[in-house]
Amino acid sequence: MEDIKQRIKISKYWNGIFWIIGFLSTLVGLVLLLVLMIDLFMDGAPRLSYKFFTSFPSRFPEEAGILSAWVGSFLVLLVTAGAAIPLGVAAGIYLEEYARKNWVTDIIEINIANLAGVPSIVYGLLALGLFVYLLKFGETILTAGLTLALLILPMVIMATREAIRAIPGSIREASYALGATKWQTVRWHIIPYSMGGILTGIIIGLSRAIGETAPIITVGALTFIAFLPASPVTSEFPFISFKWLMDPFTVMPIQMFNWVSRPQKAFQLNAAAAGIVLMGMTLLMNGVAIYIRYKFRKKIRW
Amino acid sequence: MNPIKAESKNLDFYYGNLQALKNVSLRIQERKITALIGPSGCGKTTYLRCFNRMHDLYPHNKYHGEIILYPDQINIISSGVDPIEIRMRISMVFQKPNPFPKSIFENVAYGLRVRGISNRSILSEKVEKSLRNAAIWDEIKDRLHLPAFDLSGGQQQRLCIARALATDPEILLFDEPTSALDPIATGKIEELIMGLQEHVTILIVTHNMQQAARISAFTAFMYLGELVEFGDTDSLFVNPQNKLTEEYITGRFG
Repeated sequence: MEDIKQRIKISKYWNGIFWIIGFLSTLVGLVLLLVLMIDLFMDGAPRLSYKFFTSFPSRFPEEAGILSAWVGSFLVLLVTAGAAIPLGVAAGIYLEEYARKNWVTDIIEINIANLAGVPSIVYGLLALGLFVYLLKFGETILTAGLTLALLILPMVIMATREAIRAIPGSIREASYALGATKWQTVRWHIIPYSMGGILTGIIIGLSRAIGETAPIITVGALTFIAFLPASPVTSEFPFISFKWLMDPFTVMPIQMFNWVSRPQKAFQLNAAAAGIVLMGMTLLMNGVAIYIRYKFRKKIRW
Repeated sequence: MNPIKAESKNLDFYYGNLQALKNVSLRIQERKITALIGPSGCGKTTYLRCFNRMHDLYPHNKYHGEIILYPDQINIISSGVDPIEIRMRISMVFQKPNPFPKSIFENVAYGLRVRGISNRSILSEKVEKSLRNAAIWDEIKDRLHLPAFDLSGGQQQRLCIARALATDPEILLFDEPTSALDPIATGKIEELIMGLQEHVTILIVTHNMQQAARISAFTAFMYLGELVEFGDTDSLFVNPQNKLTEEYITGRFG
């Protein structure tokens, strides 16, 4: 009897020790994040105003704003989404539903998994050679958007495959047993049922793309820019213009980098304010991703 | 005696190098219920899934021999025959109810949509008829647009039967359709299947010998991939010719 009590005591002692270790470990991450955010907010929050969003960068820190940066980020992301979504989803569906499982697809699979881990600057170099020099797209929104699309393509493909794999085989069999072709099964079942997971993956990918700096600098984004790209909407027929694709641009993280590298304290505050905006954008996108996942999970049960 | 609807002749089936069916020859009578019984792993489900070429969905599966479908005498498992055509003529109900995560209406209408039918009134008419034939119309007629997974397990399985009936199949395959259901739901499904034989030829796999005895006109006993004995259900259960069959139906193994 005494023996058992002694054992339990020792076991509980170790249990308590791990509780403390685990709690402290969690605390480190949490506290660091909190300190970072508070620091950012104390510096940047006073600079946040309507004017900050609607002003171009300037030599005078109090007048400088992020207009060209957030418009640039938005347009670049538009190109990224437009390229990465159709390519990534189509590739994911093909690999999961159509491709035969053999050593070729195994190699493709390993390659895609590795692509996700390639440093982003390497994508920048690739894009510089491919889009800027070879295809002569120039140092434009189009080039930057396509570069980031390459960067997140593996993420979109993997998210698509993951979402498709979650669909039980019995659902596929039910569809095929009624005489459906592969495409009918994909169109009516696979795509709708995996849409939640796919959208989540896309948004997580885009929220990574919005913060990327290195590849964008590599393809030649301007760091000081005081004009906007051509408007996508025009007053003349056909009311839509794609001239903006070929315009020079800057993006949020580059604008931040630019300000941080200035000696004046006031520019540092601008950088902090831009940081808050960028973080807000990322958090918003992740929030949307979580909401979509929740929404689709509720709608689809097997 | 009814005419023959389908006939397998010397059917072999392989999963890769593993032979799962050995020389199975069997005649299935039109508008009768034929039951396949046998212990787990005896090949009864494998055999059933040959009839609508489900094995074609997975790699490394091979058929040898013939399954002739009457009256046009095509060989179901011939590589020259399109499995999609076969699946349009021969429907299947699975072991676990597997409705699509769509509305009740869309579940039943799916087979018709696959065939390019999108006319609203034709779809409605067919859906109602199929749900009536599957003995579930009265329970759900007011909630056709609610999701199918809100139904109970037994209702889901009857919905799957309605889905399979909507395309007017020539043969209906059942793969242990009641193994995931409680006794009351099982009773309803059995009654439903017995009523269906007026319209359609039925081949049913069951792990439950009493079920085979209750509903089928003919029973095939399979063991280790071979057809051991086949005959009309009454004589097979009362007076089995083969010693293995006798041991199995008296519960000495399986």
